[in-house]
Amino acid sequence: MFGYEFYLDPSRCIGCQSCLKACEECETHRGVSMINFDFIDRPDGIATAAFVCFHCEDPTCAQVCPADAIKVGDDGVVQSALKPRCIGCANCVLACPFGIPKLVPEYEQMMKCDMCYDRTSIGKKPMCATVCPSQALAYVKPDEIAALRREKPVNTFYFGEQKIVTKVYMMAPAETDFVSVDVMDYTWEPEDAYAN
Amino acid sequence: MQTKQQKTPLWREEFSVFKNDERYVSRRQLTKFLTLTSLAMFAGNIWILVRSLWKGKAAGLPGVAIARAGEIPVGGVKLFQYPVQGEQCILVRTAEETYAAFSQKCTHLSCAVYYSKESQDLVCPCHEGHFSVHDGSVLQGPPTRPLPAVTLQRRGDELIAIGMTNTGAD
Repeated sequence: MFGYEFYLDPSRCIGCQSCLKACEECETHRGVSMINFDFIDRPDGIATAAFVCFHCEDPTCAQVCPADAIKVGDDGVVQSALKPRCIGCANCVLACPFGIPKLVPEYEQMMKCDMCYDRTSIGKKPMCATVCPSQALAYVKPDEIAALRREKPVNTFYFGEQKIVTKVYMMAPAETDFVSVDVMDYTWEPEDAYAN
Repeated sequence: MQTKQQKTPLWREEFSVFKNDERYVSRRQLTKFLTLTSLAMFAGNIWILVRSLWKGKAAGLPGVAIARAGEIPVGGVKLFQYPVQGEQCILVRTAEETYAAFSQKCTHLSCAVYYSKESQDLVCPCHEGHFSVHDGSVLQGPPTRPLPAVTLQRRGDELIAIGMTNTGAD
């Protein structure tokens, strides 16, 4: 849909999992949800976050695909793996900084969100955005989101030194211009991690 | 990104992840190419056919005096060029009053044939191809087609080449 953008706001997610179910309903991949649904800190809290594919401008998943199975369309949507090409090597699964692609072992195929291409290409909203009651997943025009939210949509991410610009926006505090993830934080292990 | 600073390898250009930059041939393009090429081939064949029919109708190679009777002895040969310069032919006096002339180009791989007095035929030295000196037909060896024969006509004292047969065009 022209002029519409996808906005993610994990802070609005209430954990209803409607998006998961709505995504599963799709007839192109019935029963397999393309939503990445996370419990942020399950032992200590109930916070959840639902993510769709961020549709990077220069997608790492596609760059590492040895079978040329992941393509970026004219509209910037990073398509799911092409069925005849995907060899199920999971390169994309490992490479994606957001952890979006999922290897479905039953099909030996990578499957990921393609922003409901069958719907958005004919002027309908993505399934998840239509059902999300708190609009943590929203597919609206930029001026609408600016009018309704205090947060600022950003689509620039830093993973260490890798800069990623995406099609999907993340709602971030108003003073931020980008989201930075210190990847070394996650790989670092304390010296005594294996002590016991 | 680091990859952008490095020189982009050719495979990445050809198999770009962006659909717009893809350079490989789609099924539709291939079908179009095949159709147009075979159409062009078909048209070319029609043209060749028409041209050869036209040539056949407008036949009549020039009459060229190639030798005088008695100029060469029995069993002797004379080389000449017919119907155009550069097309080497061989005239053989097989008997007192009998002459035969053929293209000298072997129909196998275009070596020049010569007249062998011992075997009384035209021999190609390259692969031992033998042709009859009477009608140019293949006697032995790798050639499958007879030698093009020059039609001769005697006008008084002169031998005139007036045409060719077995050229493959007829």
